[in-house]
Amino acid sequence: MKKNWMIKTAAVGMLAVLMAGSLTGCGSTEANAAKLSGKISLAGSTSMEKLCEAMSESFMEANPEITVTVEYTGSSAGVESLVQGSVDVGNASRGLKDGEKESGAVENIVAIDGIAVITDKNNTVKDVTTEQLVSIYTGEVSNWSELGGNDEAIVVIGREAGSGTRGAFEELLEIEDICAYAQELDSTGAVLAKVASTPGAIGYISLDAADDSIQSIALNGVAATEENIVAGQYQLSRPFVMATMGEIAEQSELVQAWFDYIHSEDGQAVITGVGLILPE
Amino acid sequence: MKNKAQKKPAEKIAESIFTVCAIVAIFAVCSITVYMIAKGTPALRNVGVSPLLFGTSWKPTAQDPQYGIFYIILTSIVGTAASVLLGVPVALLTAVFLTEVAGKKLVGIVYPAVELLAAIPSVIYGLLGLMLLNPLMYKLEKMVFADSATHQFTGGSNLISAVIVLEIMILPTVVNVSASAIRAVPEELRAASFALGAGKIQTIFKVTIPAAKSGIMTGVVLGIGRALGEAMAINMVAGGSVNLPLPFNSVRFLTTQLVSEMGYAEGLHRQVLFTVGLVLYVFIMSVNLILQKIRKGAVMDE
Repeated sequence: MKKNWMIKTAAVGMLAVLMAGSLTGCGSTEANAAKLSGKISLAGSTSMEKLCEAMSESFMEANPEITVTVEYTGSSAGVESLVQGSVDVGNASRGLKDGEKESGAVENIVAIDGIAVITDKNNTVKDVTTEQLVSIYTGEVSNWSELGGNDEAIVVIGREAGSGTRGAFEELLEIEDICAYAQELDSTGAVLAKVASTPGAIGYISLDAADDSIQSIALNGVAATEENIVAGQYQLSRPFVMATMGEIAEQSELVQAWFDYIHSEDGQAVITGVGLILPE
Repeated sequence: MKNKAQKKPAEKIAESIFTVCAIVAIFAVCSITVYMIAKGTPALRNVGVSPLLFGTSWKPTAQDPQYGIFYIILTSIVGTAASVLLGVPVALLTAVFLTEVAGKKLVGIVYPAVELLAAIPSVIYGLLGLMLLNPLMYKLEKMVFADSATHQFTGGSNLISAVIVLEIMILPTVVNVSASAIRAVPEELRAASFALGAGKIQTIFKVTIPAAKSGIMTGVVLGIGRALGEAMAINMVAGGSVNLPLPFNSVRFLTTQLVSEMGYAEGLHRQVLFTVGLVLYVFIMSVNLILQKIRKGAVMDE
């Protein structure tokens, strides 16, 4: 009996301490003049992982009271979550489809991504024309010697159906659904690894994912660089969309703060920092 | 009297806990079945049973989408069958070696090795396949198709790689189950065989293995189930293009189809992926029904 009483006293005491703590907490928030607090949830494109991680980290540093969570479920899944109302922002590494727009999603282009065409490092072909690239991917050309390279079979590597990168690549080259892929891999990392390790392989990835293990080749004499994409000379580029239900102005204060931050100098620095290009 | 009164509620509570646990399992199986059927059948209606199951063109994102998964089904069947055909003899002989031939010391080394094989995560198998098997296969592919004008080179990611990886992955299952079946064969049978003048090898193949038949079959069916359901490892080595399952073709299995396209699919494409899941589910269920039949048969034999 006595023990019980002691526990009760202890509990009441702790409650009092907690309440005091939360009261002072409230006071300090008010003192900081309308600082926003809460949670923003994003979901969508895996291609946008680098951007979202960098942006949310920098955003949360500037707004410590706000938590940003990002899930990388794929463009379509992200927009679907948005439409269903389970997230605030749906990320898509492509323009929104008509069906998605009809269900109320609004396309906010935050950045532009280039697609790099990559080969293994020993490949001597450094430059292809659009026609040559198309003929490689449709299976008309099957040996690098036909393009002035070594006598090495071309291993055509692409992404799986539904991938934003594949959709963008095929659409930009107008070879939708006539590609003859030798391998269809389900992530950017897998494409990088396969191209790097397979002699004669060719693949495509986000420009910012390119690293030293592979070489990215020029298209029509134009290298896959940021300057060339901004100048509109490089053919393979695509938008990064952070879709919202309705215009940004109709969003919650939190989401508006998110987009304000993206459009601020800091936010724009983050975008260029991860190798993406600012939209006009 | 007092004792009995105290025991009763405790037993009742225990009983209800057991019941609840059993219900959780049954509920899980039932809800998965209902969910798979509910999610998997709309596409069969929307695309049509025959164009979906027997169509050979998989172009889910095309302007005029085609959702034929016949090659994918075929790949799963051929890949599983090939890996079982290659794996079972090796596994069976390993089991015979472990139970009938090897000395205690050797068993002490081989048996843990086989157990270890079962404990290795499938992604490790995939990684090794990717780094070792695929480059080797590419060399072989270049040799075989050196003069071919039509062959599309896959860089070594092909059906053979997948089959080899699967074969190794099912070994421990088949070895373990077969070994315990062989161990369970009564010593009198062997003694009788020896008494009739049969040699050791003769006894193994004419007496022991036939006597352990149903146990070995159980192992084989479990192996089939494992091969059919494996996704991670073969996703890394099979190439992932939808093709006829020929040895040097880059192929896609039912499991890898789900793994690789679920993330980005929407609308009918997504529905069809659920149908792929349903097909896989039906296959696995059939394998398990066969397994139960075999087990029942074994009990009736005794």
